[in-house]
Amino acid sequence: MYAYDHYDQQLVDERVAQFRDQTSRYLAGDLTDAEFLPLRLQNGLYVQRLAPMLRIAVPYGLLSAVQVRKLGQITRDYDKGYAHISTRQNIQINWPRLEDVPEILAQLASVQMHAIQTSGNCIRNTTTDQFAGVAADEIEDPRPYCEIIRQWSTLHPEFAFLPRKFKIAVCGSHEDRAAIHAHDIGLELHANAAGEMGFRVLVGGGLGRTPVIGSEICPWLERRHLLSYLEAILRVYNKHGRRDNKYKARIKILVKAMGVDAFRRAVEAEWASLKDGPTTLTKTEITRMATFFSPPPYEQLDAAAETAAIDEAAAAEPLFANWLRRNTVAHRVDGYRAVTVSLKATGNPPGDVTDSQLDLLAELCEQFSFGELRTTHQQNIVLADVRERDLHTLWRALQAGGLASPNAGYLTDIICCPGGDFCSLANAKSIPVAEAIQERFDDLDYLYDMGPLELNISGCMNACGHHHIGHIGILGVDKKGEEFYQVSLGGSQSKDASIGKILGPSFSRAEMPDVIEKILSVYVAERLEDETFLQAFRRIGMQPFKERVYARVDPQ
Amino acid sequence: MPALIRNNKIVEDEWRFDASESGNVAVKRVYTLLDWKESDRPANSGVQMEPGDDCRELAEVFPRLDLIAVYFPAFTDGRGFSMARELRDLGYRGELRARGHILPDQLHFLRRCGFDAFQPDDSSRLEPSLARLQGFSEHYQAAVDQPLPLFRRRG
Repeated sequence: MYAYDHYDQQLVDERVAQFRDQTSRYLAGDLTDAEFLPLRLQNGLYVQRLAPMLRIAVPYGLLSAVQVRKLGQITRDYDKGYAHISTRQNIQINWPRLEDVPEILAQLASVQMHAIQTSGNCIRNTTTDQFAGVAADEIEDPRPYCEIIRQWSTLHPEFAFLPRKFKIAVCGSHEDRAAIHAHDIGLELHANAAGEMGFRVLVGGGLGRTPVIGSEICPWLERRHLLSYLEAILRVYNKHGRRDNKYKARIKILVKAMGVDAFRRAVEAEWASLKDGPTTLTKTEITRMATFFSPPPYEQLDAAAETAAIDEAAAAEPLFANWLRRNTVAHRVDGYRAVTVSLKATGNPPGDVTDSQLDLLAELCEQFSFGELRTTHQQNIVLADVRERDLHTLWRALQAGGLASPNAGYLTDIICCPGGDFCSLANAKSIPVAEAIQERFDDLDYLYDMGPLELNISGCMNACGHHHIGHIGILGVDKKGEEFYQVSLGGSQSKDASIGKILGPSFSRAEMPDVIEKILSVYVAERLEDETFLQAFRRIGMQPFKERVYARVDPQ
Repeated sequence: MPALIRNNKIVEDEWRFDASESGNVAVKRVYTLLDWKESDRPANSGVQMEPGDDCRELAEVFPRLDLIAVYFPAFTDGRGFSMARELRDLGYRGELRARGHILPDQLHFLRRCGFDAFQPDDSSRLEPSLARLQGFSEHYQAAVDQPLPLFRRRG
């Protein structure tokens, strides 16, 4: 993974000193609330319902064992002993004291971490595939480009006060696991007809109040032009994005208002003065960055022997077999698999992880996965490089830590924002809905029979829980002070991305497990052989679901 | 007379921004973009740009301007940062002043974008602003103060 040199270290150290200064000026009354607001936000500090919330950057989801241990210690010393993985692969703690935040940032800096630009109207953490570098379907490792973008966007002097937040995601594989269609900028690595690698550039995707699938503005961009082209997009947005209404300030609204062709022309006009300038990437820089992500020292293993050993263990232990099948995926290298550690045990708020679990994960990744792990935008953890023969031992250890739920990619692997329990923006609670659904669908046979299913819950229109792109999406709404939940169906975050369609009138919280059960019963009744929920929905449409779910409403 | 930061010092302002002020001939006049376009465009004048103004309209007359001020109606309105970079990219070499609601914590970014003079609305912020002008000792990006990105300088 990327390792800081003295430049990077100096920058985060100076950032800590700057925030210490800002915090003390604020506490002394030299900065107003309104003025401190964007300064603290650009260091990840929100003021929430119960306490401040600190969002710590995890660049493209990659963490070392040392960093994970530090996070465990911080949640113990400054918080209530747990942290939360966000859908931007970042880590949030919910109970720090404002006065302690400069010290927390200093501790993070000691392990090459920071909270820079995890919030505020600036360029946020760049996200990518949690299986980057190991996925069997990878075209090129996206992480060197993520790090290039991280450095370029960090304290960029021109783009610290944008109309609104700005999110970039990069995909380097055939299947999109980074939801690039739902980002302000989505970048897709692929080769042109001549076999040369470049980026397809999408712009103006996003969720929130107005969900939009991104539009292509460049089918293939040479890699060396990446930063100058991003700079051109950002400049057009900074100059022309709306600032009069925060709900219309994202780049998607600008792209819609101008039309994608006019927007593309504006970017190209801006790019003309930047292209081939000093920001053009050098071969040396691309190679330097790639070196940080070169493969770890894999063993040469006999794939057949490794698999045979693990099959034997699976045959003896059905619980292990379930986990093996659901929570591990194929690896580029023979004899290895990538493991998803589910943070979605029933009763556990989705994405929450305790300090002792963090310690355990640090130890396990050192023991079994070259000392690194990844956070995922589905709010789980990935150990990317585990030998097949170690899987059983790893599983046992995860089980002991409450981290072996065999539900990765299934109905109970719910993406869920912190919701009304923590967040001051939320209209409704989201965690209790997730828990009720997890409790109802606790039966593993039923769960597996439902096939791959993404259920996403957001507590408000800001859509942090990505409800628009869940196969089933749930949105908390406020109706005259009461919490209700609107259901949408047919969303997808893959390359065939789509925004879910609303099922109909919203439901009370108590009704939600029944509603989900009815939706699934339609799928079970209508599905063709091997058809997933999403495929079935796309074939049969909304009507059968509507009829079933609202059937019991008596028209008198 | 109002003060500002110029060349890392707090100095008095010799420019007059309000057209209605009584005319002291020693004081130089600053026009709005519209007034400037409609005037006889005297040499050695200044123009104040507002967010949304198009700085390309000034490109041909840069030699006649001694001052371009960019006004920040709110410190969260970042359009002035892009405008400064564009003005410098277009070749303007005279004084480029950030005026309005600007925070001490922003001076570092403003300077990197090409501003060399800073005039916060609240003059009590001149001292704290001066102290924070330097900000960070290194940066990743190319900008006006350092035309090479760090990756071209890293050794």
